[in-house]
Amino acid sequence: MGHTFDELRAIVGDRGLISSAEELHTYECDGLTNFRVMPRAVVLPNTTEQVQAVVRICHRERMPFVARGSGTGLSGGALPVENGIVISLARMNRILEVDFPNARVVVEPGVINLDVTGRVSPQDYFYAPDPSSQSICSIGGNVAENSGGAHCLKYGFTTTHVLGLEVVLPDGSLVHFGGKTLDAPGYDLAGVFVGSEGTLGVATKIILRIVKRPECVRTLLAAFPSTNEAGAAVSDIIAEGMLPAAIEMMDNLAIQAAEAAVHANYPNCGGLLLVELDGPVAEVDALMTEVKKICSSNGAPEIRVAQSDAERALVWKGRKAAFAAMGRISPNYIVQDGVIPRTALPQVMSEIERLSQAGGLRVANVFHAGDGNLHPLVLYDRRIAGQEEAAEALSSQILELCIAAGGSITGEHGVGEDKKKMMAKMFAEPDLATMQRVRYAFDPLQLSNPTKVFPTPRLCGEKPGEYVPHSAESAGIAERY
Amino acid sequence: MDAATKPEASGLHSALRHKFMAIVGNENVHAATAADAVAGVQPKLVIEPGAERELAEILRLSNEAGLAVIPRGNGTKLGWGNPPTRADLILSTTRLNEIIEHAWADLTVTVEAGCTIQRLQETLAQHGQRLALDPLWPEKATIGGVLSANDSGALRLRFGALRDLIIGATIALADGTLASSGGKVVKNVAGYDLPKLVTGALGTLGVITRAVFRLHPLPRNTRSFSVAAASAEEAKRFVVAVQDSKLAHTSLQCHFSDDTSPVSDILFEGTEAGLAAQENQLRDLAEHAAVSEASRSTWTAREELWDFSDRPCTAIAKISILPASMARTMKLVENIANRQQVRWRALVYATGLGWLRLEGKPEALRGALHELRSELEAQHGSLVALHRPEKMPAFDAWGSAGDALPLMKAVKQQMDPKSTLNPGRFVGGI
Repeated sequence: MGHTFDELRAIVGDRGLISSAEELHTYECDGLTNFRVMPRAVVLPNTTEQVQAVVRICHRERMPFVARGSGTGLSGGALPVENGIVISLARMNRILEVDFPNARVVVEPGVINLDVTGRVSPQDYFYAPDPSSQSICSIGGNVAENSGGAHCLKYGFTTTHVLGLEVVLPDGSLVHFGGKTLDAPGYDLAGVFVGSEGTLGVATKIILRIVKRPECVRTLLAAFPSTNEAGAAVSDIIAEGMLPAAIEMMDNLAIQAAEAAVHANYPNCGGLLLVELDGPVAEVDALMTEVKKICSSNGAPEIRVAQSDAERALVWKGRKAAFAAMGRISPNYIVQDGVIPRTALPQVMSEIERLSQAGGLRVANVFHAGDGNLHPLVLYDRRIAGQEEAAEALSSQILELCIAAGGSITGEHGVGEDKKKMMAKMFAEPDLATMQRVRYAFDPLQLSNPTKVFPTPRLCGEKPGEYVPHSAESAGIAERY
Repeated sequence: MDAATKPEASGLHSALRHKFMAIVGNENVHAATAADAVAGVQPKLVIEPGAERELAEILRLSNEAGLAVIPRGNGTKLGWGNPPTRADLILSTTRLNEIIEHAWADLTVTVEAGCTIQRLQETLAQHGQRLALDPLWPEKATIGGVLSANDSGALRLRFGALRDLIIGATIALADGTLASSGGKVVKNVAGYDLPKLVTGALGTLGVITRAVFRLHPLPRNTRSFSVAAASAEEAKRFVVAVQDSKLAHTSLQCHFSDDTSPVSDILFEGTEAGLAAQENQLRDLAEHAAVSEASRSTWTAREELWDFSDRPCTAIAKISILPASMARTMKLVENIANRQQVRWRALVYATGLGWLRLEGKPEALRGALHELRSELEAQHGSLVALHRPEKMPAFDAWGSAGDALPLMKAVKQQMDPKSTLNPGRFVGGI
């Protein structure tokens, strides 16, 4: 390893290689802190060529690598792998090109999400995907996870806004997917790469689409007795043919936490709905009148429309701080991310409530209600024996509810390390085997973030590569985790 | 046994043909006729499975027997792509045409590949919804065909392409594997996004048997306007100004040709109050240009490019450019067309995608397409030839797939190692 370290150091320089144990601790986990693995080293390249050179060494040495942006992911996607190195893209943080007439921006992967909007906002444009961590998360990480955010209901996910990619493949070769123009001839490899959680290579340049700011934005808060009435109002809004920019819902526990943390001045109620409409003033005004009526007729005694940008910002601050705010009301908590068809909300909510009572653990609920993306937060106290395990079990049970309702085990946080064992519950073997074929085409040696996303066999004698059921597994005497 | 299904007529081993019949029923195996030819290549059999499992089983047997399979919906775009290097059987999806679930309250639909766009839209409209896509020939075009050819129209500006609308897919691989990916919910990041991989893959990776889409509400009201321009440069300035404005238009397109002034069309959808306000803003923005109300039919102008009065002398291409290069590109087309002595007409969307129709002698058509492709590729764009007259000298349909071609071939190798599906029809000989 010493020789390999020297080679890596020669590529990225002394300051670009981290190998001392105390410094490596920073990189042993991402935003999901219950998984920790020490990497052998962390390299911090400055250029695409450096990334290529590093990956070539990994390829030659058969040494796995994990690309990392800001490390804010919540599924362990940037968790180092045993005997592997971490490639941090944090220093590749330049916005390379801004093209307003074509509404395109070219960035390096380490650029912070909000900095893209910051750069284009003087001309009244913005970068639409807005994960709650947008002030610290990187575009490269967003690409890996296909990050969403509150406004993806109307504007789409990261994948909608990535037009092209420069990628270092796991053998060190450099390729380009998509481009500044649409429908480049060939397979939509950009479409496959976005959301592949670092398992297909390392993005070193990203062509993004930016969006003109709408003429106006109006945000409404409606207080309902419970999430059931709030959910019914959401259904009516959709049934009326409206597509709001965002619809968010919080239950009472989540409201209390957000209030304690940022004093968002939320009404104290059982189900809070936040509806944001944007577009031309006349259009938004006409639709906002309808939204208010719908909220009233579904039993909301209190309806407010933010009267200023400051009020609007405060409303969103409460929502975006909701995860972190749980620390105010519970020593520990698990953030879950599941998706259900929106119509299954009342039934899934009552099941979550039942599980919560049966397990003696509180669950706070924050939803992207428009698209059925649930973020149940399971609260617990690690100091009480058995509570952590109970909370993890409850959190998993919620995902099983999502699958049973016809939904998904993750809407935006990714599978990563955390949910790979759930993949086999959501997909059948042929589905997963087909995905593995794609992985094998990109990464036949399984070097790029291996052990993530897909359930891996806990059987000896398994070779990496295309998935083949182990004989013991086929016979039903072993299972994948 | 009718003549059509006799072994000698099919040219296939009779034992295999009987296996096919046992799977799908005798009445769903036919000898191919001249009308089934694919870009001049004559297949032997047409098989119409009635279930996904049947389709997958036919594929598996064909793959084992080393046959080349051409998946087909209603065949409206069967000429797109390069001629197949081999073609043994046509695998038709027309009997797989069920609308499985319109979960209208969740704004999603699950539909089989052989359903036509129009029948799907009619069903969705019963709940005031639509698949926000306007492909060519909706009355005949099938879901599977539109997905495989990645066909989109003017609505793409607002609602995105098929890649943005598809949320789940089931595909049959050459070895008979039936694999699903994505799901039934709009927001879902579990596993690889294979629905996007098969969209636009021209059936070379697997046969799409069903798809799940996110839906949009039908518009309450719509208004369309046409804005005249004196030159391509003026039309481009208008498009860039609209795109840079606060207008919330749904579609924006420009017509260009060698004998008329450019005209731009813009579509608005929304409430009456909203539309009235937007019309005023549009008129302010257009300044001195003449703005007139346009009929809804202007949004099917793309189909008019395909009205063949002189099929042997007409070529049609899809071009992709940067939106702000629209005027420069039209100037380029004009110069090349003059040099090659071909007539031309184009429809270009504000997304930068456009459709070009050329008329002239086959050699001149090839010359013009070749020159234009070289120029566009040099500016990060592309040109894909969709219709080439039979007499036109050989011209690759796709052009360059760039440095990712080896990886695309590796993906193909993984999914269809024997090149059973649509051999030779896609980029780089895939």
